[in-house]
Amino acid sequence: MTITDTPTASTPTNRRLTTSKAMVEAIAQEMDRDPSVVYLGEDVGAYGGIFSSTTGLLDRFGPTRIIDTPISETAFIGLGIGAAVEGMRPIVELMFADFMGVCLDQIYNHMAKIHFESGGNVAVPMVLTCAVGGGYSDGAQHSQCLWGTFAHLPGMKVVVPSNPADAKGLMTAAIRDDSPVVYMFHKGVMGLPWMAKNARSIGDVPDGEHVVPIGRAAVARAGTDVTIVTVSLSVHHALDVAEKLSGEGIDAEVIDLRSLVPLDREAILASVAKTGRLVVVDEDYLSFGMSGEVVATVVEHDPTVLKAPVQRVAVPDVPIPYAHVLEYAVLPRPERIEAAVRRVVAG
Amino acid sequence: MSARDREVEHDTHLDLLSWLLRQMIRIRRFEEKCAELYSATKIRGFLHLCIGEEAVAVGVVGALDAHDAIVSTYREHGHALARGVPMESIMAEMFGRATGCSGGRGGSMHLFDASRRFYGGNAIVAGGLPVAVGLALADHLTGDKAVTACLFGDGAFAEGEFHESANLAALWHLPVLFCCENNRYAMGTALAREHAETDLTARAAAYGMVAWSVDGMDVLAVREATDRALAYVRSSGQPCFLELRTYRFRSHSMYDPDRYRDKAEIEHWKQSDPIPALASRLVSEGLMTAAEVEEWLAEIESEVATEIDEAVAVAEAAPLEPVEDLTRFVTTAAGDPVRRTS
Ligand SMILES: Cc1ncc(C[n+]2csc(CCOP(=O)(O)OP(=O)(O)O)c2C)c(N)n1
Ligand SMILES: [Mg+2]
Repeated sequence: MTITDTPTASTPTNRRLTTSKAMVEAIAQEMDRDPSVVYLGEDVGAYGGIFSSTTGLLDRFGPTRIIDTPISETAFIGLGIGAAVEGMRPIVELMFADFMGVCLDQIYNHMAKIHFESGGNVAVPMVLTCAVGGGYSDGAQHSQCLWGTFAHLPGMKVVVPSNPADAKGLMTAAIRDDSPVVYMFHKGVMGLPWMAKNARSIGDVPDGEHVVPIGRAAVARAGTDVTIVTVSLSVHHALDVAEKLSGEGIDAEVIDLRSLVPLDREAILASVAKTGRLVVVDEDYLSFGMSGEVVATVVEHDPTVLKAPVQRVAVPDVPIPYAHVLEYAVLPRPERIEAAVRRVVAG
Repeated sequence: MSARDREVEHDTHLDLLSWLLRQMIRIRRFEEKCAELYSATKIRGFLHLCIGEEAVAVGVVGALDAHDAIVSTYREHGHALARGVPMESIMAEMFGRATGCSGGRGGSMHLFDASRRFYGGNAIVAGGLPVAVGLALADHLTGDKAVTACLFGDGAFAEGEFHESANLAALWHLPVLFCCENNRYAMGTALAREHAETDLTARAAAYGMVAWSVDGMDVLAVREATDRALAYVRSSGQPCFLELRTYRFRSHSMYDPDRYRDKAEIEHWKQSDPIPALASRLVSEGLMTAAEVEEWLAEIESEVATEIDEAVAVAEAAPLEPVEDLTRFVTTAAGDPVRRTS
């Protein structure tokens, strides 16, 4: 078994996989290992999940463990909770995070609270997966990240892998976790044939059992001049920007949080203590979310480490527009990240 | 009076049939063009076509009065076109232009036109249904005789939002026409794998509503059933449920490889394509000779092709919404062009 803290760790048995294949591999390995793991959701069986989150699993595990549901999110998420309470380890797929609205009661009043309300008597060891993110003009009801909303509501862990190795390792950890874990995968990092190609959506993935502990950020790129804290697809953009700016003598450190809950505050503090400059990049909405939380983490600890005002690059508080130009204007695209890094370095 | 005007007035049975046929062809060709533009990446995002289901769009929407309201889904191009939302403004929306019916902010799944009481364009399955009941409530409270038609799929029937809405509309006697476009699949999931009881009409009736099922491939049957249903809703003030049995000829959306349907099944349903079915009916009812129908179809096709070409040209030339205006309409400002009930 490998336990890795960094996405770059590699062993001789590594293969290159897409993020979706890595995720499926973790699910399959855990299903082999533990008969109580089942997967349910809309079109997760023969269809293989519209984001290839379950490709091939039906053939391997059959319809009693890979379960297609009607479009009844409240019922099947609640059903996952019930099954988890009875000791199963269901993975339940909400097709898009945007659809949380239909079934939020089950998520935050039940899945997230039963353990607490019962004084620890009852556990809900389930995984709720969902696709997030925009960039392909899918409009206001299909492009949101919303991880800040899940993270705001106590009682669930929230993991957001950015690359294939972490997708596998975090999925394994999520399934084994005794708490409910929300596992949010960005469509842009899955390596889907029908999405814009992203070079980092294919990467080395350790063979066999692979666990990435939940709650530990990764230093995706070490640097000394400025810290970019981010998650998910934005990690890739941040790395691209960091590469570009390194040619100009700006040495950026990129921190991939990998989970919002628990938040690895130590990793943030350690990096900012070193660089003294902070940019937070978040594809979720700007206000009341992850970017504010990261900044608060630093200033609550010691505002004097900051050599310049912090910069936040997030979706301004507007729904995601359809029109390509408008959508790209709200997303944390590399150009916006680069400008923010330049401002904070100049400041 | 021109042939077109006569069609709109529906003075005669022939005029009605002509209108229905022309609208179905407009929708079919418009969507075929959209598929083409999608492949050329002029249209982006998710694109859901109603090809095969045009008889429902045209039969239901064409029966509504101008002051009736409509709430639709992400598969709504046909509903919007049949409602009279100008093709130009729909195409501009698909291109994400400022002149689009939703200012480029909505896209294919979020077409809106308040001036025609066309309230979306909703991409959350069943998400439009409670809203439709609310529109009906407002009309009811203001003494308006308008009906709200909401269109949704067989998959939406499995959502709590449908069941809660159906109960409320029946309980409070609200003028809602529930139009379930039963195309037998919710994405890749067949009807019998989403519902324990697949007789959706019987289940709707259990809410205390009048409920009928209709051959949704027969545009006249759809039209007649809708006329009857609307008359009932207007006179009784009660909701009504129509199950329109139809079939989509294309995949769920442009990304869907459509591996879950038997090709023979698709071919079988194509035999009841509503467009040729209506054309041959003109002949069988003795309204036109085969030669006349053919000539007339060619005329419609050429007019529709021109309309589509123009819509594409206009959309392509239309301006984009300036990025500076991004935050407009997040909340309602004093100058926003909001339609208000008087
Ligand atoms: C609440 C919600 N769940 C899931 C989806 C994803 N989804 C979009 S369309 C669709 C199938 C809907 O089927 P149906 O209601 O029969 O309409 P059809 O597409 O056949 O017209 C699904 C599952 C969604 N948009 N909203
Ligand atoms: Mg359907």
